[in-house]
Amino acid sequence: MKASQVRVCVLRIEGTNCEEEMYLAFKRLGTRPEKVHLKQLTGTDVTSEEMRALSDYHILALPGGFAAGDYVRAGAIFAARMKSRLAGELVDFIKSGKPVLGVCNGFQILVETGLLPAMSGVMSDVPEAVLGTNDSARFECRPTLLRKVNGGSCVFTTKVSAGKVSLIPSAHAEGKLMFPLDRSKEIVRELEDNDQIVFKYVDPEGTPAGYPWCPNGSTENIAGICNREGNVFGLMPHPERVFFRFTHPDWTRVPDGPGDGRAIFESVLDYVTKKL
Amino acid sequence: MAIAEVRVELKKGVADPEGRNTLKALELLGFEGLKDVKTVKVFDIFLDGDSGEVEKRVDEMCRRLLANPVIHNYSIKIK
Repeated sequence: MKASQVRVCVLRIEGTNCEEEMYLAFKRLGTRPEKVHLKQLTGTDVTSEEMRALSDYHILALPGGFAAGDYVRAGAIFAARMKSRLAGELVDFIKSGKPVLGVCNGFQILVETGLLPAMSGVMSDVPEAVLGTNDSARFECRPTLLRKVNGGSCVFTTKVSAGKVSLIPSAHAEGKLMFPLDRSKEIVRELEDNDQIVFKYVDPEGTPAGYPWCPNGSTENIAGICNREGNVFGLMPHPERVFFRFTHPDWTRVPDGPGDGRAIFESVLDYVTKKL
Repeated sequence: MAIAEVRVELKKGVADPEGRNTLKALELLGFEGLKDVKTVKVFDIFLDGDSGEVEKRVDEMCRRLLANPVIHNYSIKIK
């Protein structure tokens, strides 16, 4: 499949606010992205021309924002709406190997839907993890450094070189990834064994580090995880905001080149064009 | 009609940065002898049905939306 044939569904509801950057990141790589409201997939209050089917797309991307005002919990309302009407289609989409990306609020939605970490099966009945309030109790908005720790399972990071410290900005108040406290260590080991941990927050030397390098107090400084198959990926920082080098804070002091986030979109496009 | 009061609180051991920050602010305002502040969320759900059946339905609501079992405990009071 050629890049120009790849259809990307950038899914939003009220309160989503990073759909434009997500859309542009895919557009710049020559794909055919489309900003789609959840109602267009569920067929609620839309005309027949506005109706869309999830199965017509090759990539599903959940952008950041404050979907439904972050009411109840960040991502919970979006997750409930999606699960109530689209659960079957979502599971089929993922089972067919098509990739799903969740950034920031999108990651919170994937966790609340039970699509991540998905320790057993494609979608858990109730959430198996949570993105809780940052330890600082503040909205942390600044550049963060990430290092890939994934061994190769994740289809979104194949073009991110091992050992590279990537600058990807964070902007969230609820990004502390937690698992049930009594089994937290055990679950993290299981995620490691399954190659489901993708990115960790690191210091400039590339060593996993706590606050302020890790903005939220996340378990073992984890920034992003994927499912066991590697085609569902969620992370708190925003790769779409550093598609170009000139949106890096230090862009005048380093040689020009692609932004650090671009490799994530190139990786998934490479996967889709070769495998689907 | 019944009113179900759902109280969602953090499990023991889960950090409560909001509560901790509130405690600090209250102390800065000069309130003394404060031991702890915990944040909880309360939903009043107005619905039809008798109390036994209502409780079962509200429990399902908690499981599917109002609480995340990873960090929350919840209790239901039918008023």
